[in-house]
Amino acid sequence: MSSTKSQQPQSFAIEVALVLAIAFFLAFILPLLLSDFRLKLVGRFLALAIAALGIDLIWGYTGLLSLGQGIFFALGGYGFAMHLKLQLPEGELPEFFTLYGVKTLPWFWQPFHSFPFTLISIWLIPMIVAGLLGYLVFRNRIRGVYFSILTQAMLVVFFNFFNGQQKLINGTNGLKTDTDTLFGVVMGSDTAQKFFYVLTVLVLVGAYGLCRWLTQGRFGRLLIAIRDDESRVRFSGYNPTSFKTLVFAVSGALAGIAGALYTVQSGIVSPQYMEIALSIEMVIWVAVGGRGTLVGAILGALVVNLARSLLSEKFPEVWLFFQGALFLLVVTVLPQGLIGWLRKALDRVLRMWGYGPHATTYPSLEEDLEQQHEQQNLGH
Amino acid sequence: MSNKILVTEDLTVNFDGFKALNQLNFSINVGELRVIIGPNGAGKTTFLDVITGKVKPTEGRITFKQHSNLRQLSEHQIAQLGIGRKFQTPRVYLNLTVRENLQLSCHRPKTVFSALLSPPSKAARQTVQGLLETIGLVLSADKPAQFLSHGEKQWLEIGMLVAQSPDLLLVDEPVAGLTDEETFQTGELLLSLAQSHSIIVIEHDMEFVRQIASHVTVLHQGSVLCEGSMESIQADPRVVEVYLGQTPEVA
Repeated sequence: MSSTKSQQPQSFAIEVALVLAIAFFLAFILPLLLSDFRLKLVGRFLALAIAALGIDLIWGYTGLLSLGQGIFFALGGYGFAMHLKLQLPEGELPEFFTLYGVKTLPWFWQPFHSFPFTLISIWLIPMIVAGLLGYLVFRNRIRGVYFSILTQAMLVVFFNFFNGQQKLINGTNGLKTDTDTLFGVVMGSDTAQKFFYVLTVLVLVGAYGLCRWLTQGRFGRLLIAIRDDESRVRFSGYNPTSFKTLVFAVSGALAGIAGALYTVQSGIVSPQYMEIALSIEMVIWVAVGGRGTLVGAILGALVVNLARSLLSEKFPEVWLFFQGALFLLVVTVLPQGLIGWLRKALDRVLRMWGYGPHATTYPSLEEDLEQQHEQQNLGH
Repeated sequence: MSNKILVTEDLTVNFDGFKALNQLNFSINVGELRVIIGPNGAGKTTFLDVITGKVKPTEGRITFKQHSNLRQLSEHQIAQLGIGRKFQTPRVYLNLTVRENLQLSCHRPKTVFSALLSPPSKAARQTVQGLLETIGLVLSADKPAQFLSHGEKQWLEIGMLVAQSPDLLLVDEPVAGLTDEETFQTGELLLSLAQSHSIIVIEHDMEFVRQIASHVTVLHQGSVLCEGSMESIQADPRVVEVYLGQTPEVA
């Protein structure tokens, strides 16, 4: 007991140091090694990793498979893009409005003139939408596959709505942000893109810290408990609805932030972000990386997307087959994902060198205190 | 009246025409250990479902302590009032350690914010340590619960119940699938818990019932058939008739 207490702060310090070192490498060393084009790709993938963290919270820890994260992702992206579209001289409307004969700015665009409002809205609006949707669903005890179907149905509803509203948000064309300016800097310029790359790294670190805090303590254990046996949680006196709603809202907020950062780095937000395929891919990243481990979610998002960009450059036709095969491989051979596999391999190496936990043949015997005492004092 | 902890009046549960409980009148005193027996389909588990809020009664009322009607409350609210329930098959959180299982049940208040913000109190940690000793799982405290044997899981779940510090424990078939020795130990555990809790036990195993019961209630077709000491129950011709051809254990 006392030994674990003294080890905890130490391992915590090691983890903080490790995270900061990786963040430093990503933010300041990697830009020196990669071309601007590649760096932009990595920046986008890091943004996607933030969304993957959210999925890990709701699916990996709490056991609720959400297939609708694209809603929140796109909402965050649209929020930021709308603010950028409004960086115009007084009285002018964004260009696309004139195509459809719109003379006055729709009411819901108005608050996006304000930069602070935009900064808050890119996570708060998805959070509220997720929280409301989650509350209604969880209060009625909709679980398992029904929850997944419901989130996917919501996704389709949002997709069709955004797709059809030319006069409100330019419909299927989406909002392009590359030529817009923010504080006088053109969004597509190298300066702006470098800035957003570093910002993405920092936000990812923050998101990781938040998820780490949420999952380490009693709250995190309750999420696992809800995943393992929800009615037991209920009969122990907890109301799972509030826990699930909060987690779903947080995962929505993370997806929103991810969407905003992804949008500015790809130069466009469009209803495509709410296509069913993207939301399912997000789940695949987490499964490949290893669900229930935060590092796994980040790693999965990066590895799958890097593989995609490398493979689709060389063999544009095979990527989808490869992605399907990857998912099948993980599900059948590596149920714990890459992280689980790495951990096992590390354990094996450590054991080969005589470190690490040793396997007990008869745990009840070998862990018996009397038995240990006898072994130490009477043996040989 | 004041020394009754739980009273049910005319409790009826109607599943599409099938009355799982039929005008059930039942009461248990503070500090009592009561065993409920009855043939399959007598409504024993439904009875616990109704008390804990899992199933809403069609008619009738349940009074627990000063709370005159549990009908409007949901499961977690009833649990917070002080009714703890153990399920037929052990239900523990397999991916959490034994200690974490107990800590979750122990911790209060059970709101989102206290789970996020307040660290476990010293008293709670001591309670958990004490419970680990009571249920004999000190050495397995930091093992995930999935590595426990069936009997150990049963004890862990009983420990989780006690950690909730309920006033009334509802225990559904605690010795199903246990060896004779484990059954005996479980009986001893329940008897020691009975000193500070009111307990309702549902059980089929007559040897076990004899070990722990002073007072037995027999359910049949959703109603109380008879109540009394183990000896008088076994001598009752109605009980023998109900059980004939069903479970030979009584004989």
